[in-house]
This record gives sequence, C-alpha cells and structure tokens, in this order.
Amino acid sequence: MDDLLTQVEPMIPALRRYARGLIRDREAADDIVQDCLERVVMNWTHRRDANARSWVFAILHNLTVNKIRQDVRRAGIVTIEEMPETTMAVDASQDNTLFGQDVLAAIERLPPDYRSILLLVAVEDLSYAETATVLDVPVGTVMSRMSRAREQLRLILETKPTSTKPVGPFIRRVK
Amino acid sequence: MTNRPINEDDLQAFVDGALDAERHQDVASFLETNKDAAKRVSAYQQGAAALRSALAPIAAEPIPSRLNLASIIERQRPTNGIRIAPMVTAAVVLLAIGASGGWLLKGYSMPPTEGVAALAQEASASYSAFAADRLRPVEVRADGSDDLKNLVSVTIGGSAIIPDLSKAGYRLMGGRVVPTPHGSGLMLMYDDDKGNRLVMLTRRMQVDQDKPMVASDQHDIRGWSWARNGLGYSLVGAIASEHLHTIADEIRSQI
Repeated sequence: MDDLLTQVEPMIPALRRYARGLIRDREAADDIVQDCLERVVMNWTHRRDANARSWVFAILHNLTVNKIRQDVRRAGIVTIEEMPETTMAVDASQDNTLFGQDVLAAIERLPPDYRSILLLVAVEDLSYAETATVLDVPVGTVMSRMSRAREQLRLILETKPTSTKPVGPFIRRVK
Repeated sequence: MTNRPINEDDLQAFVDGALDAERHQDVASFLETNKDAAKRVSAYQQGAAALRSALAPIAAEPIPSRLNLASIIERQRPTNGIRIAPMVTAAVVLLAIGASGGWLLKGYSMPPTEGVAALAQEASASYSAFAADRLRPVEVRADGSDDLKNLVSVTIGGSAIIPDLSKAGYRLMGGRVVPTPHGSGLMLMYDDDKGNRLVMLTRRMQVDQDKPMVASDQHDIRGWSWARNGLGYSLVGAIASEHLHTIADEIRSQI
C-alpha cells in the first residue's frame, strides 16, 4: 500500500483543482475528492489500469459528472436560452486585471464536456491518451472536442465583458 | 520541413506542446505565414495560460485534513487484504469449538461446549472476526428498512426484538447470520461515537434454556450471557465488564 501513498498523495492538489474547475463550490468539490480518495484506497489493489493518474482522474471525473447531473436534475433542466440574462451576464464592471475571474466565468458557460477537456489537457497536463481514458472516449474525439472547446472559449473571452449572447445550450449531453 | 500538410490536430497539439521537435518546427513555420491561424493559436495559448493561473491558487491551498490520504488508508486498513479473512478466523475458531465438543463427549475435560458458556465463546469468536472489520462488519445494515427485521425473524423467530441501546450511547449498525456448532445464530453489532463496538449473539438453546446472567472473559473480550425462554443471549465487547453489565441489563429488560 506504500505505492498508493507515494503515487496518489502528490495528485491531491490537482484533484482538488479539477473538481473545483467543474464545481465552483469548495465544500462540494472537496466532498467529491474525498469520495474519490476513499474509492481509490478501496480499489487500489484491484485496479487494472497501469496508469494510476488517469485511473484516479477517471474516478474523480465520473463522480463529478454524476454530481453535476444530480444538481441539474434537482434544479430542473435549464438551457441557456431559458436562463435569465442576469445569470449569464459577466460583470462588466470587472477590472481587466481580473482576467482570471473572467476565464473562470467563461468556462462556466461552456458545456461540461468542453470544460472537462480544457481542464484535463490545458490545466492538468494530461496527455490526449490519458484524457481519452478519463473521459472514456476515443482519442480522435478528444482532439475534435478540444478544438471546439478552445474555439468557444476564445469566442467568449474575445467578446467579453458585455456580451451575454449564448454560445450554445448550457446543458449538453454529459459524458 | 516535411511535406505533410498541417491540420487542425497539429495546431491543437502545438498549443499543448504535444508534438515532436520536427513537427513542432513545421507548425511554427506554418504559423509564420498564416496570420489567422497564428492569431487563433496565440489566443488558445493565452486561454490555457489564463485558465492555469486562475486555478493555480487552488492547488496551492493547504489540503483539508479530511483529504489526508494516510488517514483514509488507515480507516480502511483492516480489510485491505482479502475480505474472506474474518470469515476464515470465524471458521477456524468455530471449528476449534466444534472439535473440542467431540473431545468433551469422550470424557475429556475441555472448555464448555454447551449452554450459555458455549454461547459466550461463540459470541466472542464472532466479535474477534467481525468487530475489527471496517469495511463490512455486518451483512445487513440497520438502514431503517425491514431487511434487518426480516433477517432477525428468519434466524431466531418472529418474536425476537432488536434491542435499542441509544440510552447507553450505542447505535445499531446491523447484523449478520453466523454459524455456530448449535445452529445459526444472529449477530447484532452496535457502536458508539468513539468507535467501540459491541456484538450481541442470539441463538436457540438446547441446553440452558433459562439461565441467569454470567460473566465471561477471554483475553480482552468480556461478555455477559444469559438465556430466557429457549433463546440465549451473549453480549461481548472490549470495554469494562461493569459497563458491559449495565448494557446487558438494559438489553435483558427490553427482550
């Protein structure tokens, strides 16, 4: 079990960051990370995936997606078109030095699939193959989805801060 | 420069630094002459950098103690190996009891194999096997459903009552059926806020159908056992004998 500690412990900051990128609420995100770690410890000896990082991230990803799905179900399905303008509006008074806040607001406007892929590849530095494992899709899908995700993010960031124009349905199929 | 045309995937991989050196150079040359693509790639790079720096503080936060991996491992440790282990322990202990029963019939002086004294041994064997199990100490959880009640009535008869020990600070965790040399017994497990666990074993009695409470002590596991109306009860735990006695009295008053 020593390799469990040496391999997984260094991942915890990244796991928290990924969960928080998908679910902004700190407590809710840490709940999921805790759940993930418990599952990792329980199944460590049974895992078949040689790559511990993509295995752990896959568990976290699935738990997070389930949580988002539950929240959506609880809140009722809301597409961006139905959302009140104020929910979507990026605060125009924000200073440009708060670009970081802008980018976080921007990824929240992306479909969850796109958000995941940007976080995994651009922030967590997972390879395309690892990302494909985590999302359980072919590598080709990772590439095309990555390209669309980046383009949407660019459009949102370039049209900020006044635009509240929807860039697509808010709730898409979650995979 | 190779002749392969640059495609969208190359641009993405360029942004992610996922190309080999030669292809990276190819894309870099391509971007020098394609202003639109260069603008796009640069925007992608900025987007990624912004995302990274916006989320960086989260990774730099001290990790909350509930995410301490060492303690999560510690909590699960007793069952990290094979879950069969407690079963094997129980089987070995019960086999020993069964074997000693045979010897007693031959006239040897061995530990008690009948009545309340045997029940006390079976209860402490169940305690050794299951109380240390952190993952699945009970087969049927006390989750408010009728599952546990059904288990109780199937194992020891419909009239059996599940004692409530909340006054003594113990919660019902659930139960399971355990094999004994005298037929199936019902094991109920309780725990308190400090993680102390108690096991109560109940089974039908052939010998000692009615018997006042007696104490037992095996290593650190103490017990109080009695029988009433053909059902035997044995409460065991690794707590002070007097304290256990109070709880046993409480159980006796309820059933």
